[in-house]
Amino acid sequence: MMSTELLPQLYRTEYSKLTALLCRRFGLKYIETAEDIASETFLKASEIWTRDGLPENPTAWLYTAAKNRTKDYLKRTSIWETKVKDKITPDDLEEDTDFELTPEIISDSQLALIFAVCDPAISVQSQIGLALQVLGGFSLEEIADAFLTRKETIKKRLFRAKANLRKSNFYIHNLTEETITQRLNSVLKTLYLLFNEGYYSKSSDVVIRKDLCAHALRLVLILTENSLTDLSETNALLALMCYQSSRLEARIDSAGDSILFDEQNKDLWDKELIDRGNYFLVNACKNETISKYHLEAGIAYRHTTTDENKWIHILDLYNQLILIEYSPVTALNRTFAYAKVYGNEKAIIEAEKIKLENNNYYYSLLGYLYSSINTDKAIEHYETAVKLTKSASERKTLRKEIQRLINREEEKSGI
Amino acid sequence: MKEFVLIFRLKDIADATPSPEQVQERINWMAGIAAQNKLGDAGSSLSPVNAKTVKPDNVITDGPFTEIKEFISGFVVVKSETIDEAVELAKTNPIFKIGGSIEVREVLQTLKKS
Repeated sequence: MMSTELLPQLYRTEYSKLTALLCRRFGLKYIETAEDIASETFLKASEIWTRDGLPENPTAWLYTAAKNRTKDYLKRTSIWETKVKDKITPDDLEEDTDFELTPEIISDSQLALIFAVCDPAISVQSQIGLALQVLGGFSLEEIADAFLTRKETIKKRLFRAKANLRKSNFYIHNLTEETITQRLNSVLKTLYLLFNEGYYSKSSDVVIRKDLCAHALRLVLILTENSLTDLSETNALLALMCYQSSRLEARIDSAGDSILFDEQNKDLWDKELIDRGNYFLVNACKNETISKYHLEAGIAYRHTTTDENKWIHILDLYNQLILIEYSPVTALNRTFAYAKVYGNEKAIIEAEKIKLENNNYYYSLLGYLYSSINTDKAIEHYETAVKLTKSASERKTLRKEIQRLINREEEKSGI
Repeated sequence: MKEFVLIFRLKDIADATPSPEQVQERINWMAGIAAQNKLGDAGSSLSPVNAKTVKPDNVITDGPFTEIKEFISGFVVVKSETIDEAVELAKTNPIFKIGGSIEVREVLQTLKKS
């Protein structure tokens, strides 16, 4: 049936709009009410559309239905009697239950809700959780699966985060320029991590991983639609997400296992997304700003090229990135790029100085670097990586590599 | 974790204007230290030409060159537990290829910005 295909898609794009409009209407104090009405609206849609077929304009249908539910809700509930009544005069009621539905209002409400959710006062993990639940309509199960965490843990975490949000008095009606300036870095960081959560997730559920990435991308796209948030960094982050997303299909095999970059089928790269990445990267480079998103987008761009100096450029970008901000992942990736430019032998010297002794990727990298130089050492490092990794699919990939090295040795000694 | 300033000295002013290859080597060296999470501050290169020395009684001379043979070309701050470790980091710097030297000095806590 058509509705079964369209609804999940509409759900992801429209849920956050509905919730944002409702939050704007009720205030963040009643965020759960807003979420309930949004969810009920979709539930109703699924019932009615399955029975009667798709309406002519499904999106408009959803807004009208949400509007009616809100009216009903205000009429019948006790919240209206006891709490909201003091704040809204009866005169407001008639006009304001009619949502104002200009595209500007929708996009402003969404933007404001993104800024409300990405509150630096709560942990980044909670912000990501909220961004999924409140802004994406992801269920607790889906979030728990993406994080490889128990549902109860997620539930508690989000409960606390929402309590915080209700208390924060974040004024969702008019996002001021001041708030935007203060919070934009934190917003970008949370959306960046949300994307990575999907892109690098250890969850074997490919669908949820893609869904997470697409959601992060949509939210950053909203930021580029408002002149106050359409900044150089925002475009760089969006470019990065487009490039990374272009490889999503090629990165994961049918069993949900990661495929190494060198072994990816480049025909599976999404050319359209690469083009969009290029477009946003050009936008990002219109002024002098260089953020870590610029550097990472630059690296992702270089990966899409076949230029013979590609690795020199990539190493240069990783060098700049590690000088801006240390992270173990950057240190390891930089060493990999170093090996591509200066060879494995020199890279081993660099790698052994890094000493990330609890990191499985560190030993995978050493295993890789040694594989063309000293097979015994390579196998030893790969085995340490096997012991350290928590991911079943990575363990499988590593064991395959160890077996390949053993076979290679046997062939050599056999001849 | 202590901090050490590495002070770079060169003999030949011509060496203060590095070739692209030398720039690449220096960045690789510094990024290599950052990759160990031991970079305290990327520091600066110092101009060998636009330089003055201010002395008592309003005496101002051009550059530091009249009194010392070597001039300071720049500095970097590294983080390490011991001075020996800081010396090890300094040893891999490409400055030695062109006859420069590096002075390693611990940053005293009292002088550090908190």
